[in-house]
Amino acid sequence: MNAIVEQTLRSATISVLVENESGVLARVIGLFSGRGYNIDSLTVAPVEDDRRKSRITIVTTGTELVIDQIKAQLDRLVPVYRVSDLSREGPHLARELALIKVIGQNQNRAEALRLADAFRARVIDATTESFVFELTGATDKLDAFLDLMRPLGLAEVSRTGVAAIARGTRTI
Amino acid sequence: MNALNTIAVSGAETLLRALRAQGVDVIFGYPGGAVLPIYDALFQQNAIRHILVRHEQAAVHAAEGYARSTGKTGVVLVTSGPGATNAVTGLVDALMDSIPVVCLTGQVPTHLIGNDAFQEADTTGITRQATKHNYLVKRSEDLARIVHEAFYVARTGRPGPVLIDLPKDILINPAPYDEPATGPHRSYRPRTEPDAARIAEAVRLIKTARRPILYTGGGIINAGPEASVLLGEFARLTGAPVTSTLMGLGAFPAANPAFLGMLGMHGTYEANLAMHGCDVMVNLGARFDDRVTGRLNAFSPGSKKIHVDIDPANINKNVVVDVPIVADATLALRALIEAWKSDATRQDRGALADWWARIETWRAKDCLKFTQSFEPGAIIKPQHAIKRLWELTRDRETYITTEVGQHQMWAAQHYRFEHPNRWMTSGGLGTMGYGLPAAMGTQLAHPDALVIDIAGEASILMNIQEMGTLAQYRLPVKIFILNNEYMGMVRQWQELLHGSRYSESYSAALPDFVKLAESFHAVGLRANTIDDLDRVIMDMIASDQPVIADIHVDRFENCFPMIPSGAAHNDMILGPEHEQEARDITDEGLVLV
Ligand SMILES: Cc1ncc(C[n+]2csc(CCOP(=O)(O)OP(=O)(O)O)c2C)c(N)n1
Ligand SMILES: [Mg+2]
Repeated sequence: MNAIVEQTLRSATISVLVENESGVLARVIGLFSGRGYNIDSLTVAPVEDDRRKSRITIVTTGTELVIDQIKAQLDRLVPVYRVSDLSREGPHLARELALIKVIGQNQNRAEALRLADAFRARVIDATTESFVFELTGATDKLDAFLDLMRPLGLAEVSRTGVAAIARGTRTI
Repeated sequence: MNALNTIAVSGAETLLRALRAQGVDVIFGYPGGAVLPIYDALFQQNAIRHILVRHEQAAVHAAEGYARSTGKTGVVLVTSGPGATNAVTGLVDALMDSIPVVCLTGQVPTHLIGNDAFQEADTTGITRQATKHNYLVKRSEDLARIVHEAFYVARTGRPGPVLIDLPKDILINPAPYDEPATGPHRSYRPRTEPDAARIAEAVRLIKTARRPILYTGGGIINAGPEASVLLGEFARLTGAPVTSTLMGLGAFPAANPAFLGMLGMHGTYEANLAMHGCDVMVNLGARFDDRVTGRLNAFSPGSKKIHVDIDPANINKNVVVDVPIVADATLALRALIEAWKSDATRQDRGALADWWARIETWRAKDCLKFTQSFEPGAIIKPQHAIKRLWELTRDRETYITTEVGQHQMWAAQHYRFEHPNRWMTSGGLGTMGYGLPAAMGTQLAHPDALVIDIAGEASILMNIQEMGTLAQYRLPVKIFILNNEYMGMVRQWQELLHGSRYSESYSAALPDFVKLAESFHAVGLRANTIDDLDRVIMDMIASDQPVIADIHVDRFENCFPMIPSGAAHNDMILGPEHEQEARDITDEGLVLV
């Protein structure tokens, strides 16, 4: 019997430990574009002292089958050590950092500062007409903050994308 | 330490030493500025033979033919820029059909990379999605390790093409030699051993099946000849019918009564209906390709599916299966056979007999039948030409390659393969121009065998320049052209799907293939009517030269049975020999290729 295929979409946060060699990021990105998978966010940086391994964190959306495919396709790349679906393998933490520029005067300015305080965003630059806030948190927290800033003069955003790690003693 | 090891040798020499350590005895290549140091090193040794092709695409197909017919890894050497870009089609072909190939490309010196230097192309960038893996050698001390690793990656797991881009300074500068690594690779570790619990589950399913079928693919061939022997034993134990994909032909002997023929778009009636009606399907080394499954939501709706594949990414990709087994086919079959023997469950032999009775009614339809007139001057039916070719060559050690089109499908249907590694065709990519160079590589590996490229008159022109290679190396390849003066497969689709508007599918201004053969120092033969056919085939076989046999066949013959794109297995068009209700092809089917 053909199994009833689950069509609902879910978001997956996938950590990939790779050999830190040239072209490895292009391989991962090429896989996603070539096979039509979504990338909602992607971050990469070396994570070992000798810089031989990098960790790529990908947030993607797909059906359960597509996400399994993505994991299998990533796993068969030669420079990939390990693929871990953080959103499936137990509780995990995910954080992003955003730098947010808000330009405005008077009341808007005061309101932006008040909200930034409530969100624990730090002011890292200020002029008489602008602030740059630094905010770290889960993606939805950043989204919520940006929604609030929009009417108050949100001018520019730079986001890092998601870095994620499992809770507790579990490691990749 | 050996004193010799301390003498500085060039990268090119280190490269050749590593190739020799990998057992390479032949390279298919074409020179150019960036690879001259390698050619210079080749000139000064005899262990590795270099075969000069006439086009880099052909070098890759030749390496594929060599690999597919021997189980070894094929090796290609081309220059930078256009040499590398010409090779890309061959690389994708090898990727799609899981053929182990190592392709060495020249590159501009490291200090010029990125400067748009003469004959520079971003080869690793261009071929990233065209290879299983690729490397750019940036440091001399990495060279030997990368060469060894490339061979390891190419032949293990799901085999495929691996490319090494070699900047010219790396080839000239001294490079140390390292022996192949003995331990496991740092990150690349293909799984080959099956999971015992899954094997047991599979055996239980097959034992209790009432209507089982074995659906086998190229993975059996890739796993090596032992897998074919084990497949034979497993089929005998289970009593199940066996059908094969295009890529798997020969793994199970066509003469065995349990063989239902090829399945899929141009597969047999009995194979496709058995796939549709089975209750347990055992996929061994195939990948549920769309040419095999037809419309996915109607594919074998009532069956439990077991899937043995070495590539975990093939599991649940197109078809969701009940028992996935990630393993090498040899190891999986061995485990299945052992588990079968130790499992006490009794098979329902009565149900199996009923299943076979049903299959026999489908077989009785004789779906591949055609009518050949033997009146003097009668037109040759292409199916008959293949049938005679088979009958007149079956007792020899014969290897068949093909181009792409109707002739390829007729070859798959009417030539009957009894052994693995005897059938080389471009399945996944469907590359016209594959057959002649693949035959070249095959002939080189089997100098005394009969190697025949079954070709179409359009496809053969795509790599016709390789006639020169045949002449130079005295490779007695036979090119058997089913000349229907059309890109027949295109014309067939136009007839069935586009109101018989034969847009640009006529093979106009064809060369005189007999004269063409002669100008390339080969023998040219022609059969115009049925009266000529047997004599031409026999003359072709008897010749110790390369031969083009130009067989003029019925121009409007179509290839049946056919499952139109977007249709289900039980929705097959049979040939004119069978009465038939007209069938509409859906719009959904029209967009499919
Ligand atoms: C390189 C390439 N270009 C185009 C096609 C599309 N195509 C598939 S079959 C075919 C016609 C082949 O004609 P011929 O070689 O005469 O074979 P026939 O079908 O007539 O037997 C074409 C153009 C292809 N498969 N490969
Ligand atoms: Mg033709």
